[in-house]
Amino acid sequence: MEHNIWIYILVMAAVSYLIRMAPLALIRREITNKYLRSFLFYVPYATLAVMTFPAIMEATQAPIAGLLALFAGIILAWKGCSLFQVAVLCCVVVFAVELLPFF
Amino acid sequence: MTTQNKTCFQHGMRDGCPIALGYFAVSFTLGIAARNAGLTAIQAFMASVLNNASAGEYAGFSLIAAGSTYLETAIMTLVVNARYLLMSCSLSQKLKPDTPLRHRMLIAYDVTDEIFGISVAQPGYLNPWYAYGAIAVAIPGWAFGTYLGVIMGNVLPTRVVSALSVGLYGMFLAIIIPPARKNKVIAGLVAAGFAASFLVNRLPLFAGLSAGIKTIALTVALALLAAVLFPVDTQDNNKEDNTNGA
Repeated sequence: MEHNIWIYILVMAAVSYLIRMAPLALIRREITNKYLRSFLFYVPYATLAVMTFPAIMEATQAPIAGLLALFAGIILAWKGCSLFQVAVLCCVVVFAVELLPFF
Repeated sequence: MTTQNKTCFQHGMRDGCPIALGYFAVSFTLGIAARNAGLTAIQAFMASVLNNASAGEYAGFSLIAAGSTYLETAIMTLVVNARYLLMSCSLSQKLKPDTPLRHRMLIAYDVTDEIFGISVAQPGYLNPWYAYGAIAVAIPGWAFGTYLGVIMGNVLPTRVVSALSVGLYGMFLAIIIPPARKNKVIAGLVAAGFAASFLVNRLPLFAGLSAGIKTIALTVALALLAAVLFPVDTQDNNKEDNTNGA
């Protein structure tokens, strides 16, 4: 079945907006259920980790370049580099590795 | 606009400038992902104007590339952007209780890690005009970065595009690793996420599942497990610092 990209974009936009708007418009007191709070707190870490690996190895021409970028990114982020620095240095690692003659 | 609102708007614009610069660089790599998924520059631009969510947009683009259903895309967007639900809950506490609905609905347009971060950092109740100022500066950086990512992605050599493609993953790492350093549960969760994702992608047992379903299932399972085993007690854990991605 052929999908229309504009419909995908509208679906994403509608969901993204409703998620943000509903609590602001409806809730005027803090969520107290600790399990719900905890679940929402952990979601971004779980989903970003799942999306990063092993996908980072499939984004590059040579999988090893992606793997090395992953290690570099973890070390740099651990050392406190900014979002921008980590992103750029991961790119540099891939570029340098893929310049090597055996790739 | 009253004088006070005008001042708040200007303060918001000032604080939005570094955010806009960061957005521009990050959304450039997002544009490359959009291009790989088959979006035109205008489509990617509109996706960024309407979504304002790096991980959410990236997930959406990968589902578009895989030809997933609209329902899968909706569920995925819901799951990946679930943290904005928490941020909006928190931000609702930051608004004067008598703040009109129109302001609540306008602020909701751009609740991102960064705008949320600088908004909750304001003393006392948040003046919506402060957020509008920051949004007015940040959104163009975000949207035009995505647009240029699609355009330049077509012009740049494969080698360079291959390198830039990991920029987004670098950004994800910059979001999840610093909190993992401070919190052992998050560190374990990230490690478990890597391992589980690797296994599910490699084991033949799961080969029939789409990439979107795998990500949704793993995210919900891991976050639920962490919430049940290690519930968070403090009331301030959702007020994260403002160094995260959109």
